[in-house]
Amino acid sequence: MSLLQVKNLVVEFPHRRGTLRALDDISFDIAPGEILGVVGESGAGKSITGAAIIGLLEPPGRIAGGQILLEGERIDQYGFEQMRHIRGKRIGAIFQDPLTSLNPLHTIGHQLIETIRTHLPLSENAARERAISLLKDTGIPAPEQRIDHYPHQFSGGMRQRVVIALALAAEPKLIVADEPTTALDVSIQAQIITLLKGICHQHQAAVMLITHDMGVIAETCDRVAVLYAGRIVEIGPVHELINRPAHPYTAGLMAAIPDISQDRERLNQIDGAMPRLNAIPVGCAYNPRCPQAFDKCRSQRPELMPAGRTRAACWLHETETQQVPA
Amino acid sequence: MTALVQANDLAMSFDVSAPWLNRVLERKPRTLLHAVDGVSFEIEKGKTLALVGESGCGKSTVARLLVGLYEPSRGNLQFDGLDAHAVFKTRQGLQLRSRIQMIFQDPYASLNPRWLVQDIVAEPLIEHGLVHTPATLKERVGELLTAVGLSVFDGAKYPHQFSGGQRQRISIARALATHPEFLVCDEPTSALDVSVQAQVLNLMKDLQRKLGLTYLFISHNLAVVRHVSDQVGVMYLGRLVELADKQALFANPRHPYTRMLLDAIPKMTDTGRARTPVQGEVPNPLNPPAGCAFNPRCPHANERCRNERPLLLTISGIRIACHAVQEGRI
Repeated sequence: MSLLQVKNLVVEFPHRRGTLRALDDISFDIAPGEILGVVGESGAGKSITGAAIIGLLEPPGRIAGGQILLEGERIDQYGFEQMRHIRGKRIGAIFQDPLTSLNPLHTIGHQLIETIRTHLPLSENAARERAISLLKDTGIPAPEQRIDHYPHQFSGGMRQRVVIALALAAEPKLIVADEPTTALDVSIQAQIITLLKGICHQHQAAVMLITHDMGVIAETCDRVAVLYAGRIVEIGPVHELINRPAHPYTAGLMAAIPDISQDRERLNQIDGAMPRLNAIPVGCAYNPRCPQAFDKCRSQRPELMPAGRTRAACWLHETETQQVPA
Repeated sequence: MTALVQANDLAMSFDVSAPWLNRVLERKPRTLLHAVDGVSFEIEKGKTLALVGESGCGKSTVARLLVGLYEPSRGNLQFDGLDAHAVFKTRQGLQLRSRIQMIFQDPYASLNPRWLVQDIVAEPLIEHGLVHTPATLKERVGELLTAVGLSVFDGAKYPHQFSGGQRQRISIARALATHPEFLVCDEPTSALDVSVQAQVLNLMKDLQRKLGLTYLFISHNLAVVRHVSDQVGVMYLGRLVELADKQALFANPRHPYTRMLLDAIPKMTDTGRARTPVQGEVPNPLNPPAGCAFNPRCPHANERCRNERPLLLTISGIRIACHAVQEGRI
């Protein structure tokens, strides 16, 4: 059974001049121990997806439809108190900026022990020992001394290690990591990604990794979902999706990334910009920028359909779908 | 062939001492942060030099020195044969400034939200007295907006009505207003999404070809650097550690730090490949290690590296500051 199932999720932001639909009918699932990448440009709805799952949507944003199931249990309608017991215990969270996700007034030990004791029945001393072993797992040198330091005494990379330790404190089955390496330098980014991958494997936690960096996705994830204007446009195994993208948007995104291993005179660019939420085009949201758009794309919205070994929301693959016997 | 831009031993220190009273009471010495410590390079006309390095290595300080926002604490900058920082102080300073312009990283912070786009682009034209009648001003602003791929009518809008990529185009239009020869671009695309980044990078390359611009391009992204530059300088803790032609640097990186940077980039081709990242972090610039600043993280460091600071020497066409390479150990 899937660890997490998201079915037809809709997130809306009511607004004076009408309602904005930030997520429109999103469905995916994550298997135990799997790393799912969620990629897209700013405003595509990546972070909203993460926030909806951990129950931290900023008001007035609200879940307007669909279901979120964690190990078969419906969690999307839980109130704040009920979610408090799930967050940290069953779903861990890692955010982009490690400085703002730690409390500057408490030592990291205090924060770790508090989290551990909230969720696990351990004594102060046992919790402290567990905190030290978590810090050791995340590669912090001299954890016995460092545990009594304040967040400002750590560098950016070290702080993100502390945040990872905090997310793993109660052995959650799922970790939602929202741009965990974006605020870090490349050399530190590589360290953190390796750590995240290794430690989640070791603790058998599944990860939903939200990022805009295709390179990070390629190296870390098992499967990828590509988001565009609040919808999944393509989802599939990472190797297939990167080497044989089925949706023109995915293909354009891949071609736009400067390649470190070869020289190109010009980068392929996708003209235009992602539409605003109050002006999503009729039909496929990508049709004004799509070089392969035809009439049907401008009038009817495609749903996800099989396309090679991935699934893509694109009318180009419609014939393919019909040939496959149901 | 003489270079258009020549930096000679540029250095910049910031005084980060405790306040005077604390220094007296607690007997603390003055502390200086050497953000840039002796950087030399030259850029030929029409070429692009890229500076790369991690946060805090002094890239942006070099950019600010080059446009005259900082006065160097040592060394000088020759621009087209003139000592730029001396000229900035004289009457000809304004004219020299019009030849050197800058594009900033964050297009959300570098445009005044209360000004119309046409006023933003017109400001340098008026400031430098380049146009005299409202009609020519309007025409020139229109030309500039069209040159960067915006419409003439976009001039009547405010910056918040544009997306990140379009705002960066406005910054470029503003920078081009004075017909500059040299553009200093400080991370111009790092706040942008990849698809938009490609648009802006292509635009910058087109403009360089059309107008014969010279760029200093600062970035932490080596893939972007590979795409735009002719020469690449790698900085570490305020110093250049390697300076080479793009082909040489990417085909055969010599300095251990350059190799580490190149290896740290996640690559699209190796899905699922595990890497062994280099350990350690950038040291505190207030208290840099003795000898080569990279020695605590370097796998090839020996006794000499820990005691003696390597100089930037030319070895087979590239400039490199590394004892191990100079001794032929790696």
